[in-house]
Amino acid sequence: MASKAEKVKSPVKKFDWKEFKRQKVLMIWAALFVIYGIIFCYLPLAGWVMGFQNYTPKNGLLHSEFIGLDKFRQLFSDTTFLRVIRNTLAMGVMNLVFTFVAAIGFAILLNEIVSKGGKKTVQTISYLPHFLSWIVVTGILHDILSGTGIVNELLLKAGILSQPLNFFAHPKYFWWIVAAANVWKETGWNAIIYLSAITSIDPCLYEAASIDGAGRWAKIRNIILPGIKPTIMILLLMNVGNVLNAGFEVQYLLGNGLVQSVSQTIDIYVLKWGISQNDFAIGTAAGIFKSFVSIILIVIANQIAKRSGEESLF
Amino acid sequence: MKKSSKDDINIKPPKYKTSVGSKIFTVCNVIFMILFVTVTLYPVLNTLAISFNDGVDALRGGIYIWPRKWSLQNYITVLQKDNLLTGAYISVARTVLGTVLALAANALLAFIVSRKRFLFKNQLSLFWVITMYVNGGMIPVFLLYKNLHLTNSFWVYVIPGMVSAFNMLVMRTYMQGIPDSLEESAQLDGAGYMTIFARIISPLCKPVYATVALFIAVGQWNSWFDAMLYNRMSSQYTTLQYELMKLLSSVTNQSASAETMKNVANAVTPTSVRAAATIITMLPIVCLYPFLQRYFVAGLTIGGVKE
Repeated sequence: MASKAEKVKSPVKKFDWKEFKRQKVLMIWAALFVIYGIIFCYLPLAGWVMGFQNYTPKNGLLHSEFIGLDKFRQLFSDTTFLRVIRNTLAMGVMNLVFTFVAAIGFAILLNEIVSKGGKKTVQTISYLPHFLSWIVVTGILHDILSGTGIVNELLLKAGILSQPLNFFAHPKYFWWIVAAANVWKETGWNAIIYLSAITSIDPCLYEAASIDGAGRWAKIRNIILPGIKPTIMILLLMNVGNVLNAGFEVQYLLGNGLVQSVSQTIDIYVLKWGISQNDFAIGTAAGIFKSFVSIILIVIANQIAKRSGEESLF
Repeated sequence: MKKSSKDDINIKPPKYKTSVGSKIFTVCNVIFMILFVTVTLYPVLNTLAISFNDGVDALRGGIYIWPRKWSLQNYITVLQKDNLLTGAYISVARTVLGTVLALAANALLAFIVSRKRFLFKNQLSLFWVITMYVNGGMIPVFLLYKNLHLTNSFWVYVIPGMVSAFNMLVMRTYMQGIPDSLEESAQLDGAGYMTIFARIISPLCKPVYATVALFIAVGQWNSWFDAMLYNRMSSQYTTLQYELMKLLSSVTNQSASAETMKNVANAVTPTSVRAAATIITMLPIVCLYPFLQRYFVAGLTIGGVKE
């Protein structure tokens, strides 16, 4: 047994045909997974060629005429597209900042609740919105923000409004509604990971701080926040690349003609031009631009994290 | 992160000297938590109340968390809509089938890349990790599915999303924690890799399987965009969420159609019918998730931190 275990530990350096044959079953399955991956994940990348072509379904990828960066030029001369980039970035950043702050704040405050039962109940309830689809959430939002909804009623009672306000008819509220919806849906869920990070902080630190006379705020500031900083950094890094991805479902479901100028995001633009208008080339070009910016964002964030001596993804 | 596998609630709360400031903090914190719970629950309870309330009566407003004029008519109307029933049927089918297939695929892939002796474990992992960051985008994917004849078919819900790098990594991390000696002794007894996977590793991975299955099932149940994008033309493959979305947009557009006239006769309104449909849609998940809590809490911690 001992010699066998040792053999496993030493990594196989040279290519070993015997080992290859021994792992035949694994190889066959691995090959199937690679084929599957190539078809469903890598083949669409070949479709990026469309962004540089005057693509028509009739000619297909292979025979369509190449036009270089024309489609990109067309894209960036379109004021709608520039506005769409602004909307996507603005809502992406707002969502990122607010959901992060809310989740961290909620995790820290929940950790301060002494009653075990109370803590557990609050946490269970806090997960609930995460499990609802955006369809359900936007439906509910329409209800509570409607003319007879609770928000209008409270504002009327408090004397802030003199008559019910249609929140979905004014562009200035849209981004805030989207951010609030994201915070409502994901705060409890995102807090899970911070709560478990807080749990793994060495309890000795609290005791030492107590002896030094630190109060609650001092402990939160000097022990808990530094303790969960690595977790915050990693999650921030992972989410920075998703800033541009965070703009489809809510905006599509909540948007309407009146707030179009602030609600349309890159993905909605792609859907509108690519699928509905059948202009595959311009839709693909917009999609390429989005992927490109996402990757740049990840790399930049990662570099900043590395430079400042924090954890990094790669 | 050693404690992460346990329930993160069961820890001793930090003890504080009871100074005045500390007491004020506690009171404010409790008030904040009550507010938080209210804000989280109220919209859902409000929808529940409206769904059990007489539709026309609900238009007057003033319904909070308790129905004013009880009525089951909204639910009866929903259950008589054929498209919603088809949607429910397809949603259940895709959730069950999609979860089983995706779980099996992710587990097998995780098993392969977590074998220490597997010659291409790093390459295969990288191959899948890349897919987390780079994807073709909506249009190329749409054209691909169209060419593969996956559009206007049920299989578009199940086949394309079978492997997810994130879920695979969660499972891989868990499997890497299982001692190699188990695999070795099984091999001495003549077990092949598939036997080891099915008989040795899988039974030990039940917790992580439950976590990933929950993630996949929730995703399947809640997704609507694929139904809209790929199966818009085939109403026999519609899903519950997509039908709910259509109800929502018909309400917001306030379209006065023959449908609306029919509703008036039944004392239901688009809003009240939608409330009932919303409740039906969220019911399965809302009933199940509190019991699965320990699985997803553990799973999220493994996946999020190690990834």
